[in-house]
Amino acid sequence: KGIYDEALSSFFRNVDTRSGGDGPDIYKGKICSLKARALLIDMEEGVVNEILQGPLRDVFDSKQLITDVSGSGNNWAVGHKLYGSQYRENIVEKLRKAAEHCDCLQCFFIIHSMGGGTGSGLGTFVLNLLEDEFPEVYRFVTSVYPSGEDDVITSPYNTVLAMKELNEHADCVLPIENESLFDIVNKIHQMINSGKLGSTVKQNSLVTSSAGSAKTVQEKPFDAMNNIVANLLLNLTSSARFEGSLNMDLNEISMNLVPFPRLHYLVSSLTPLYTLADVNVPSRRLDQMFSDAFSREHQLIQADPKHSLYLACALLVRGNVQVSDLRRNIERLKPSLHFVSWNQEGWKTGLCSVPPVGHSHSLLSLANNTCVKPTFIELKDRFMKLYKKKAHLHHYLHVDGMEQSCFSEAISSLSDLIEEYNELDATKGGPRTDPSRLKIAV
Amino acid sequence: MSIVTVQLGQCGNQIGHEVFNAICSDVHGTHGLCSKKENESYCDACKERFFCEEESEVPVARAVLVDMEPKVISQTLSMAARSGYWKYDDRSHFCQKQGSGNNWANGYSVHGPRHKEVIMNLVQKEAEKCDRLGGFFTIMSMAGGTGSGLGAYVTQCLRDAFPTSFILNHVIWPYGTGEIIVQNYNSVLTLSHLYQSSDALLVHENDVIHKICAQLMNIKQISFRDVNQVIAHQLGSVFQPTYTAEGGLHYSRNPLGIDWQVRPPRLGLHPLSHSANKPLQFNTSIANLVILRGKDMHSVDLGSFRDPSLYTSWLNPQDAFNVWKTPRAFNKYEKSASLVSNSQFLLKPLDNVVGKAWNMFASKAYIHQYTKFGIEEEDFLDSFTALEQVISSYTIL
Repeated sequence: KGIYDEALSSFFRNVDTRSGGDGPDIYKGKICSLKARALLIDMEEGVVNEILQGPLRDVFDSKQLITDVSGSGNNWAVGHKLYGSQYRENIVEKLRKAAEHCDCLQCFFIIHSMGGGTGSGLGTFVLNLLEDEFPEVYRFVTSVYPSGEDDVITSPYNTVLAMKELNEHADCVLPIENESLFDIVNKIHQMINSGKLGSTVKQNSLVTSSAGSAKTVQEKPFDAMNNIVANLLLNLTSSARFEGSLNMDLNEISMNLVPFPRLHYLVSSLTPLYTLADVNVPSRRLDQMFSDAFSREHQLIQADPKHSLYLACALLVRGNVQVSDLRRNIERLKPSLHFVSWNQEGWKTGLCSVPPVGHSHSLLSLANNTCVKPTFIELKDRFMKLYKKKAHLHHYLHVDGMEQSCFSEAISSLSDLIEEYNELDATKGGPRTDPSRLKIAV
Repeated sequence: MSIVTVQLGQCGNQIGHEVFNAICSDVHGTHGLCSKKENESYCDACKERFFCEEESEVPVARAVLVDMEPKVISQTLSMAARSGYWKYDDRSHFCQKQGSGNNWANGYSVHGPRHKEVIMNLVQKEAEKCDRLGGFFTIMSMAGGTGSGLGAYVTQCLRDAFPTSFILNHVIWPYGTGEIIVQNYNSVLTLSHLYQSSDALLVHENDVIHKICAQLMNIKQISFRDVNQVIAHQLGSVFQPTYTAEGGLHYSRNPLGIDWQVRPPRLGLHPLSHSANKPLQFNTSIANLVILRGKDMHSVDLGSFRDPSLYTSWLNPQDAFNVWKTPRAFNKYEKSASLVSNSQFLLKPLDNVVGKAWNMFASKAYIHQYTKFGIEEEDFLDSFTALEQVISSYTIL
């Protein structure tokens, strides 16, 4: 068995289970029993039960689960107001327990979807809770946004109500759209099945596979897509876990990519999507990795950062990539990108020596870019379509604590956000007049 | 005389390690054409300066390692120990877990006061191990959060605790096209604060060193290790023992005695008294130091360094130019020369950094990240003012 080191300790506890049951934490030495530093919350039992019966059953501490039976009925109000107040104490207690096991708690990752009831409603309730109980700890939220053809009719309501919470209480949000994940999965299938010469792909390098897992023939449809998001989080935290010549911690991401508190939505892209079995990597291929990171097809939401305005951009490189490779590619790509006037060289870079499994190198790009605007505008449109007709509103309003003002405040918050992006876009391509400098008497 | 090195942040610790490596490798390397006695004298002076020969088998670097996250220090300590030639004192380091988040305010206003006692205790211990303390050498980048913010705070503490010691800050100037988005804010805050406590700021620019690696050394895939090794080589070539004019027959006692205490005359400084026929391609200097090591050091003609047109009109080149020499070769180079210069060469980079920071400040971008930790807009304005004065002073040389 392996050694329990700092890298593992960032996400796992090492519990002494030798005398049966839960013993104390072991801080150094051999791995005994790894337990995820995590809370699993669902108001239905199906998904959580499946996890607890699957290959990861020993990794999740049964005391860190909060489940119910009836679900939230795709209703944000039920998740946020009803279950929120019902489970508040339970959640706080379990959070405190988990936090106590950490000798330095830096960040919470909240992973949820926006379109339903539990993830969206109860999820944003938990976000609020985290801010109240642990104000100094960063809150990174990975949110799956519903696509236009979402089969949950009320998803626009749930999403907009949740967005107000994200606007006000999250430090950083990484929006994800299923459509983008789906396109990436298809792209990979095409690549594998194309039968092109020299296109044998290393199986464990697929951004859609969980490295090391037994390759099942029929994977569940969402598994491949979810693995992309898992790899995103893996790469995001790689520099905090492993050594490198230019470390990039999570608090640095928040510091550099959030110039104004509410503009904290980051568009992410991961490259490469796979590695060819061919071992030699000429620098041309390395440069291709950088180019791909800025292409529309590699973004995890339906967005095109190249043709919108950058407020800030972060590049986290893993593997055998050096500072000259980074510099060369930044110089090469910079001219075709539009940066806001006060951040013309707005690059944050990180070099982590350890590549992901199956790759010799990889790149995660995080962009604070106005290309998120269309997603938000479409969301607002879909919301207004329902709201104008007051469709399904009664399902929400009859939940205790829910009022019409919750809706009007939420859509107002979203409108304000869109307006902030509009104002920034208006500056794009305009004449640059630098503010005059301070004059000093000698 | 001994120097206590304080390594701050990832950059400071990575470079510090390379510096001690370079010095050690020089000591163990060929001594060129000088005599054995000369070499012994040189090595003894060097060891006293940088290392402590305790009960351990290998020399122990006189250094304090500080970082707000553990990975870099842990790596640095183990790499040094593995070299077999030298090591750090296992107890002479301090680190935390959460880092400074590239936030100068976090480094200066939070980590600084919180950890002042522990850090200064470590420094005091190292200082006490020196028979004669020459001064402090701090290594930091100005772009990040720890080296820059905590570094500025520690420098202040050093000045308060050792009011008469020489403090030399080695500052790394980041790449122009960004390593960190808020690097210009951090740089402005760092430089303005260091100016109040430091005796001298020795600067290395990443862009310049990168060019050296690419064009002079032909390195194809340049890593930070390459960059840091060039910097370490240059620092070694300045700090290794030499004979100075005053020192006579002994290796100079004060290794940090670079006299940068030149101040412009208070009165009578007329901008028009600039000589009109000054060649435009030279950056006007206040002081220059040439260091010659190895073969033929006595036969070098340094006349051109005494050309009055190099210097500002109110200085006599005799006062502004110094030479240090040693026949002992440095780091396997049969002969080598170094130039340390206090001139207008940093004007353009400084003006760039201040300009970009001011541009960003006008839009108030990222300011909330600093005010969160107690650095307000007035603090920024004070820093801008201080640096505009520096720029102005250098411009009218």
